[in-house]
Amino acid sequence: MGELRAYAALLGAQWRSLLSYRASFLVEMVTNIGATALDVVAVFVIFRATRTVAGFTLPEAVLIVSLSSCAFNLADFTVGNIDRLKTYVRTGLMDAVLVRPLGALAQLVLMDLPFRKALRLVLAVGVLLVALRLNAIEWTPARVLLALVVPLAGAVFFGAIFVLSASLAFWWVDSGDLGSAFTYGGRDFTAYPVPVYAGWFRTLFAYGLGFGFVSYQPALALLGRADPLGLPAWAGFVSPLVALVAAALAALVWRAGVRHYRSTGS
Amino acid sequence: MDGLRKDFTVRVRAGRLRRTKREVAAVDGIDLRIERGEMVGYIGPNGAGKSTTLKMLTGVLTPSAGAVSVCGLAPVPQRTRLALRIGVVFGQRSQLWWDLPLGESFRLLRYLYRVPAAEHAARLRRCTELLDLGGFLDTPVRQLSLGQRMRGELTAALLHGPEVLFLDEPTIGLDVVSKQAVRSFLAELGAGGDVTLVLTTHDLADIERLCRRLVVIDHGRVVHDGTIEALHTRYGSRRRLVVDLDAPLPAGFTVEGATLVSVEADRCRASFDLLTDTAGPVVARLAALSSLRDLSVVEPDIEDVVARLYAS
Repeated sequence: MGELRAYAALLGAQWRSLLSYRASFLVEMVTNIGATALDVVAVFVIFRATRTVAGFTLPEAVLIVSLSSCAFNLADFTVGNIDRLKTYVRTGLMDAVLVRPLGALAQLVLMDLPFRKALRLVLAVGVLLVALRLNAIEWTPARVLLALVVPLAGAVFFGAIFVLSASLAFWWVDSGDLGSAFTYGGRDFTAYPVPVYAGWFRTLFAYGLGFGFVSYQPALALLGRADPLGLPAWAGFVSPLVALVAAALAALVWRAGVRHYRSTGS
Repeated sequence: MDGLRKDFTVRVRAGRLRRTKREVAAVDGIDLRIERGEMVGYIGPNGAGKSTTLKMLTGVLTPSAGAVSVCGLAPVPQRTRLALRIGVVFGQRSQLWWDLPLGESFRLLRYLYRVPAAEHAARLRRCTELLDLGGFLDTPVRQLSLGQRMRGELTAALLHGPEVLFLDEPTIGLDVVSKQAVRSFLAELGAGGDVTLVLTTHDLADIERLCRRLVVIDHGRVVHDGTIEALHTRYGSRRRLVVDLDAPLPAGFTVEGATLVSVEADRCRASFDLLTDTAGPVVARLAALSSLRDLSVVEPDIEDVVARLYAS
């Protein structure tokens, strides 16, 4: 209980810190919507050139991109700023975090929660709701549950990727943009139906790294479509499981990273 | 809570802390035991491993080898529990919220450390008074001067009533007045006897003012552990007696209990190194020789001693 209040206090501090720069906060908040809108607009642009993409119609493709966008933006909003870890490691701010009586990851997330990205999340949820209406989905209790769980599971999955790639900074302070290949690269991958991709790249990202289970497989399950790539129908329902595995892996690596933390001279 | 019979133990024995590509021993096998209520000065040249030791004691860094225990807890595995019982001031890292007023940082820390409101208020009142914080509690931290901020940091580290206070260069970069303020505050804190103080510094005046015990490390090893006096004894530094006489000092003069170091050209001013703890007998013998116009006793300079220690 006391611990929850402690985290709430951290969050409140971040909010009040932001308010000391009110104007720049508002500007950032508005410009941030643009980024999300672009993801969706890109899909519309493609469908101006063709009626179907890899056998998927526009409403189906919008469902996929909106599931991906919800998951990514929720993760980006909550733990996305963890990629600033490399700055904290370099400047030694991590020391200050580690001498406080709270979990390091939770502190970093709350100290840096990007409120300016909040509208992006709202927009992404809006597009998902529209996409769910556009497609003629035969609603069953299982599908309702799936529609609710998939964005959350996807967010956990992306969150794990964020933490994993940020953890690199514990070993290599100059980990640079290697992590972004998997976070932003993963977002772009999940924005389109998997059959769009081909070869070893598809196998690696969709099944090896699990990005296929963020939006594509669940979308198939919601639509009641068979997978052109041959995975069974229940593949759409394993996304929470994939997310949990990724989260467990991220937790392990994070823990090892904190133990490996070397601080900086002072 | 059974702090009464627990003697507070610190044992650091760590080696081979990896830095960059080579294996470099930042802290190379240190054994220390610090009792509850002690005030320990931890000094050494740059890169001797002072900060590294402190970071291992506070759970920031994982020791490569050896055993550490602080307040009976293992710093890294029990980091969050330990954090509630220790206070840490890293001179060059802030615990405060940059964009918020100082007072707000203190309020937040109450939640972070889950301190009962009354205790928190009492400690804050005491710190505000002793450190004279009243004038800038409403100022955002980013606008504070270094001296003001450091006083804020000290307060922040103490609001949860820690059993041990770790200070890494608390007076670095401060002006003379701020240094004095910080030192007298720490002296008062240590005099209470219920807070253990471990401080690293480059400013030996901090140590002379505050610490009974001095631990000197170099290349990650302890080279001296004891009182400042013990350090002087070990390195043969003496107090110096300077006398102004009415009549010139006779040539070949010797006096029991002191050795003559130098004489001015007019032979009316002479310096002696005292071989005994008290200056009285030597002064009496000199006074018997001729009337003394003036005399002074100069304490040995710890800077010199430490410089010699680092060099050896």
